[in-house]
Amino acid sequence: MRYAFKRDLLKSIAAAIVAVAAASQPAFAWPDKPITMIIPFSAGGGTDATGRMLAALMEKELGQPINVVNRPGGNGLVGHSAIAAAAPDGYTIGVATTESMSYKPTGLSEFQPTKDFTHLAVYNTDSTSVVVNADSKFETISDLLEAIKSGETVRVSTGGAFGGSYQIAFGLLLKDRGIDPMLPTYVSSQGSAPGLQEMVAGGVDVTLTTLAEAASLIQAGKVRPLATIGDKRSPTYPDVPTTAESLGATELTFSSWRGVMAPAGVPQEVADKLRDAIRQGADSKEFKEFMDNRGFGVAWIVGEDLTSFLSASESEMATGLREIGLAK
Amino acid sequence: MLSEVIANILTTQTIIAIIGAAIFGMFMGAIPGLTATMATALLVPVTFFLDPVPAIATMITAVAVAIFAGDIPGCLLRMPGTPASAAYTDEAYQMALKGDAKKALGIGLLSSSFGGLFATAVLVFVAPSLAEFAVRFSSAEYFWLVVLGLSCAAGIGASDPLKGLAMLMLGLAVSMVGMNNNAGIPRFTFGEMALLDGVSLIPMMVGMFGISEILRYASNSKRDFGDPIRSTGSAIRTSAAIIARYPVQLLRGSALGTVVGALPGAGADIAAWMSMGISKSRSKTPAKFGSGHPEGLVEAGAANNSSLASAWIPALVFGIPGDSITAIVIGVLYMKNLNPGPELFTTNAPQLYSLFAIFVIANLIMIPVGWAAIHGGSFITRIPRRIIMPCILLFCILGSYSINNSTFDIAIMLFFGVLAYFLEEAGFPIAPAILGVVLGPMLENYFVTTMTSSGGDIFAFVSRPLAAVIALLLVSVWSIPLIWRLRQKGSASITRS
Repeated sequence: MRYAFKRDLLKSIAAAIVAVAAASQPAFAWPDKPITMIIPFSAGGGTDATGRMLAALMEKELGQPINVVNRPGGNGLVGHSAIAAAAPDGYTIGVATTESMSYKPTGLSEFQPTKDFTHLAVYNTDSTSVVVNADSKFETISDLLEAIKSGETVRVSTGGAFGGSYQIAFGLLLKDRGIDPMLPTYVSSQGSAPGLQEMVAGGVDVTLTTLAEAASLIQAGKVRPLATIGDKRSPTYPDVPTTAESLGATELTFSSWRGVMAPAGVPQEVADKLRDAIRQGADSKEFKEFMDNRGFGVAWIVGEDLTSFLSASESEMATGLREIGLAK
Repeated sequence: MLSEVIANILTTQTIIAIIGAAIFGMFMGAIPGLTATMATALLVPVTFFLDPVPAIATMITAVAVAIFAGDIPGCLLRMPGTPASAAYTDEAYQMALKGDAKKALGIGLLSSSFGGLFATAVLVFVAPSLAEFAVRFSSAEYFWLVVLGLSCAAGIGASDPLKGLAMLMLGLAVSMVGMNNNAGIPRFTFGEMALLDGVSLIPMMVGMFGISEILRYASNSKRDFGDPIRSTGSAIRTSAAIIARYPVQLLRGSALGTVVGALPGAGADIAAWMSMGISKSRSKTPAKFGSGHPEGLVEAGAANNSSLASAWIPALVFGIPGDSITAIVIGVLYMKNLNPGPELFTTNAPQLYSLFAIFVIANLIMIPVGWAAIHGGSFITRIPRRIIMPCILLFCILGSYSINNSTFDIAIMLFFGVLAYFLEEAGFPIAPAILGVVLGPMLENYFVTTMTSSGGDIFAFVSRPLAAVIALLLVSVWSIPLIWRLRQKGSASITRS
């Protein structure tokens, strides 16, 4: 008797599930389960922070939870490869960064973001800035370049790993000005903050970083920004000149970026829906406030623009790496 | 201003935030494989919906509590939660085996709380000048500091210093795996992508401490926790009484932790290991170390928490993070318009002092919350070990996996677990190997950085006055005991003749 009741109950539950499933089966039901967002760097960094923020906002739009998973390793190679290797059903997405463009030129992996991803959107671009100690003898960016050109020993902290995007931007600047990019003594560091600290302590002369990362030390009067590499002044530091203005290097546009990518071959409808959700998140007041306060540059690059942006960035990266002797 | 500070703190939101964060931090810290860094990262989206003061309060409280809570699995299961707590895991675990688990944890709790309060006092009164001092350290100074840390720790837990040194070298060798070197070139990865980031520390640590203990239990199932009756009663008073016996150690640990923690390139790991080493070398009973002796626990426990609190000094004054936790917090400070920098100390004074007050509250609330967790956790000592051991294995696997979400890390854990079992059976201590892996990358990084920026001039290591002073300190650490021993030998041979 009890057994029969249990069976009936199970039957009715099954029937209810079928009914609900049928009712909620419109023409296109994606997403009907949680989504995973892979971050190729560890918890706490800028990629992690912006990714988590975006995920929290996208959850609202998609009505499904987004699990943020950190897969650090190999300067991001582990995580980037994991995004590309996932099933292209839209249930695995990830945050990709400039670093993903360095693996093939340096011979680390065959992975290429232009080929191995479904490109959803780039939501952040940051320009590299050249920062010196407050009491440095270099008053302008031209002073610095003159010194490098004359063969003087100038110790430059790359503000991150050797061959990172800051060093690429600086190398491209030197090349553009007809200076051998190998002339300065490059000193790698475990990130921007250790690089800046080393400079304040007197270990190096110049640090390549972003204005946001140097903000507290600029405010403390310990360091001084010389210029931002590129053609756009930072809205938070409108007094810092660009290299386009002070050197006439107008061709230089290389910047570091972060974007949401999915494995190659995601169906069009799913990609559109994802892109919509990213746009809603990136357009929200919360996200803009967050990016402004943290000093991350807001960007929105999609579609044709994104394709050309990524291929331009990829070839610049390869050139830069070759110039500083890291590309094979 | 005082009224403003009190008004900032005595809001429902702040009080709920502090209590919630304390419980959350306790939970995150006590579960092996979940770390204080993860706790902080998970709190970031929450802080977005809070006012500035409660937002930062959640982070301060969660971190302070989580770091202490990391000692609980270390003491009860021999699974250290952080590299810093690995310095005294064995000492605490030996106490637990003797039946003194609650006492060991009580000592850890009270000395952590004291260390945190000590560093807070320093933070309040001399933060800007200590930060000015800290940013003078360049890679040459840090290089010597790392060597100092390595030499302090070589003797920890080793009855035979040579075996300790061998394990340190093993750790340094393991630390060379991966591409996180200055040139960014993969080394000893054998084409395995999972090794590009090096051997993950937490799985290795969990394997060497936890798995080896499980294996030892499997081969000799008589090892059980000591009579638990001895650990009941008012253990907190007993713990306090033990700490009171070592006031010098408590102060020395707190002071060392505060100074080393304020150096953004050094941090809690070096502080805990250094103070453990100092404690042993200055102890009247160094032979008792490694057998469940509370002296080192007092000093290293205080150093661990004080260094974490003083890591806020360069973070608040110059926006320079000392570790991954302060890096996350700096981000939140920016979001809340409490931009770090000297101006924070002048223009935002009421809010800053509210933060200071929260540091004090966090280090005090730690005691009741921690005490509850110790009570809850120490039931483990009453469960027969044949039941608890499989559960530990499960936690080891989960913890190792969750760090990088990688199954490869489980293999790392098993490999080092088996290795450590055989090494320990042969009398090799495992703690120095962990230290080698922690400090190896720093040693290499600071060495290569100094060499590249000086253009290969080896004298760059002593040409800066500060670097020369630390180098001299190092030489004296090594030579004074040696000279002392030689002179003793000399006088002994004279009396004999």
